[in-house]
Amino acid sequence: MKHIKTVNKQNLKETAVKGGCGECQASCQSACKTSCTVANQKCEK
Amino acid sequence: MIHRYQNNGYNIVLDVNSGAVHLVDEPTYKLLELLDENLEQMEETCPADLIQALSGEYNKQTVIDIYNELLDLYHAGQLFSCDDYEQFADKMGHSPLKAMCLHVTHDCNLRCKYCFAGQGVYGGEKKLMSQKVALSAIDFLIEKSEGRRNLEMDFFGGEPLMNFDVIKKTVEYGRSLEKKHNKVFRFTTTTNGVLLNEEIADFLNREMNNVVLSLDGRRNVNDAMRPNAGGKGSYDSIVPKYRHFVTIRGDKDYYVRGTFTKNNLDFTQDVLHMADLGFDQLSVEPVVSEPNLPFSIREDDLPRVFDEYDHLAQIMLERKKTGKSFNFFHFMIDLDQGPCAIKRLRGCGCGNEYAAVDPNGDVYPCHQFVGQPEWKMGSVLTGEYDLDIKDRFAHSTVYDKSECRKCWAKFYCSGGCNANNNQYMGDILHSHFLSCELEKKRLECAIMIKAALYE
Repeated sequence: MKHIKTVNKQNLKETAVKGGCGECQASCQSACKTSCTVANQKCEK
Repeated sequence: MIHRYQNNGYNIVLDVNSGAVHLVDEPTYKLLELLDENLEQMEETCPADLIQALSGEYNKQTVIDIYNELLDLYHAGQLFSCDDYEQFADKMGHSPLKAMCLHVTHDCNLRCKYCFAGQGVYGGEKKLMSQKVALSAIDFLIEKSEGRRNLEMDFFGGEPLMNFDVIKKTVEYGRSLEKKHNKVFRFTTTTNGVLLNEEIADFLNREMNNVVLSLDGRRNVNDAMRPNAGGKGSYDSIVPKYRHFVTIRGDKDYYVRGTFTKNNLDFTQDVLHMADLGFDQLSVEPVVSEPNLPFSIREDDLPRVFDEYDHLAQIMLERKKTGKSFNFFHFMIDLDQGPCAIKRLRGCGCGNEYAAVDPNGDVYPCHQFVGQPEWKMGSVLTGEYDLDIKDRFAHSTVYDKSECRKCWAKFYCSGGCNANNNQYMGDILHSHFLSCELEKKRLECAIMIKAALYE
């Protein structure tokens, strides 16, 4: 494409189908404790 | 839904439902301004009114070419993609309990002025958790976690190292049950470092998956908010310990974590100070406090805080180029292998798959609810566990929160902090405006950094 560059490859929709195993870290257990950020957690699969 | 914004010279377009991030040139950015951000269906040919609206700046063929590129992304499901996650949210109910914040100490050897735990006692009495309660918490977690293998336990307080013997016994007990129950315990500790010594450091390095070390940054900033009981600042006594600890920690996870307040809105200097001390895993968060306190961050501080986040993001990019990079927790984002969409619908798991246990063995939805009797969920001593409260949290997805439904950031913060919502808005489902604005700004910076590195 000439006008647009797409930065990432993941499509969230694909993860919905096979996701939800629940084994990943609870987001509050990392380094926050007073705010919630989920998108930086790692997938365990 | 899309979210388009400019940051650090980049024109960035996020397709909310697919998570696709696009860098676009100026004419494309302008064309997108003319389209509804909630557009559900793109026309197959470039509408004449778009060509007309941009005719003063761009010729017809340029506009058509851009439109066709956008149309290709739309057909690939990477632009104006539809939101079809609600069907999953509707089916989400109780999850097994898998993470626990164990308040081994309701007491503290510091007197941090912004402490949400009220100097460690959460509105109650000073108390150390007994070994009996702590081991019962392990049993409770194993029993309630059927279907989950990875279990998390964070030793918290107050200052948890004031009860180090119980931490050791709890870890030992948890490890002894791993094989029998097919579980893996991931222990973590959050400490102010005052009691850190060689023996404790060795233990934490061996047993803890992550250690969070509290420090606010520059000496004067830290000492103004983090004095001991005698009023003396804590910086000089803890920084050498942290430096030694991080040296021997090797490649295991840690964070040096601070809080910024209205008194240090130039918190980039604190982040850089800690980086220059040799710490490369950093987290500095805005204080969460009642708005009438002198150090509280209020709505009118937001423009200044936003500028500071931009400043920090730019410096982080510069440092990456010079090999002096560090990691800033709130700018971490994984655009390719982050959590699945299901995880993103319900966030931290508070009250559902996450719980806090106080020194009496009472169970609460999370550490920030501890000490509020109306939120008590049960007890690790009796096994009682209130499924009605659990149910409320299980049904606190981004689709249950009216502000989140229409927000572009909902799959990154996943509905925000239920405790903040409850404390400042009176309802776990009512988003806390200030927290949301800060989170959105951090996400914009985080995505910009990824985009800049992609370039």
